[in-house]
Amino acid sequence: MRKKELKLVVTFHTTAEAMALEKAAKERSLLGRMIPVPRELSSGCGISWTSPLELREELLSLMEELQIEKDEIHEIMV
Amino acid sequence: MDNAATSMRKPKEVTSAVTRAMTSIGNAGRGVNDASLEAAREIYETRSLLARLFGVKDPKQIAFTSNSTMSLNMAIKGLLVPGDHVITTIQEHNSVLRPLYELEALGVSLSIVGADEKGKTTVDDIKKAIRHNTKYIITTHASNLTGNALPVAEIGALARENGLIYIVDASQSAGVLPLDVEAMKIDVLCFTGHKSLYGPQGTGGIYVSEQLKMRPLVVGGTGVQTFRHEQPPEMPTHLEAGTLNGHGIAGLKAGVTFVLERGVEAIRERELALAQMFRKGIADLPGIQLYGDFEEELRCPIVSFNVGDYDSGEVGDELLQEYGIITRTGGHCAPLLHKHFGTESRGMIRFSFSHFNTDEEVAKAITAIKIITTE
Repeated sequence: MRKKELKLVVTFHTTAEAMALEKAAKERSLLGRMIPVPRELSSGCGISWTSPLELREELLSLMEELQIEKDEIHEIMV
Repeated sequence: MDNAATSMRKPKEVTSAVTRAMTSIGNAGRGVNDASLEAAREIYETRSLLARLFGVKDPKQIAFTSNSTMSLNMAIKGLLVPGDHVITTIQEHNSVLRPLYELEALGVSLSIVGADEKGKTTVDDIKKAIRHNTKYIITTHASNLTGNALPVAEIGALARENGLIYIVDASQSAGVLPLDVEAMKIDVLCFTGHKSLYGPQGTGGIYVSEQLKMRPLVVGGTGVQTFRHEQPPEMPTHLEAGTLNGHGIAGLKAGVTFVLERGVEAIRERELALAQMFRKGIADLPGIQLYGDFEEELRCPIVSFNVGDYDSGEVGDELLQEYGIITRTGGHCAPLLHKHFGTESRGMIRFSFSHFNTDEEVAKAITAIKIITTE
């Protein structure tokens, strides 16, 4: 198995929200990808977005700007 | 020439999109593998394109369904409760009328407003039907029988002024007539993918305004919030239980892209030019009875008529057997408008034109009707 690293993980209520963030992040070349929701995180959509920690502010402002509704944002080992 | 039933000629991009999807995409929202994500992306893109076409601010307010009938059942059964009064019109298709009749038996009260001699229903007709307990107005955007359009923007304004919810059946109009849910104050828009959006059969959708809470007709797997007992409340998942028709939606995306690229107005102008050419070509023939208002600029490219005392089915069969022309005859699932015109038993012959029909095909159809009327 890969060695885990501390990363940002964003969860969503619906797949549609997850897709909206993926599309927006790709358009702005923000590093990240979809991963299955880690078991430490309970609710939300079955897929989540993970990015390096330093992108936190950029991701949050992007979601606010495009009104993409997240469930939660966490910093966890993934 | 039966495109109001389904657009049989699709842009080639639609069929290739379905083939590509069937050989490459997985189940949307069920994993992070490329195939599943590609399905989710395809579906999201389609939602965004439909939002652009219908003036919807947030694509997530559009859920995919299998057709307009399903969307209309979802809206009518998911919103109305016994004691509510609903206004609808004689223009409606059975996909509106039958769910309403079912709820009428459970205590919903119904007013069905009429039409004039050309089959037109006005906003004033609807206004007069408003009662103290009226909650909803449900109308089609355009009649599938005459092609006449209803003044949806005026009806939407009337509904908003009176605090009523406005549900629109856009089966015939999506892709042909201008649609903007914000400007027209439409609260729920039900549409199908396989007519003037050029998608495959089995695709369609429903737009629901953010303020409305609709009970889902179907609940089940969503790929999200697995341990929750209830269907997730967030749109579009709220109305999308079960695997979506990803393959069909990929085709719909290509169809909607075609419509957006050509432009609704350009498509309508071309189709109406064909319809008017046909109407003018047959209007003065002996024994032709036309139905509908052809003066109106905003209408669907439908020309319905009867010939002499013939049954519509007889004429349709002659057109098919002798001339290879496909039309729709009979009742068209619009019982009340047929009663209005007194055509319950003989039905009507309906020609409905597509962007892909040609002037030559129309000329051939006119010649066929000429022969039939003079034989």
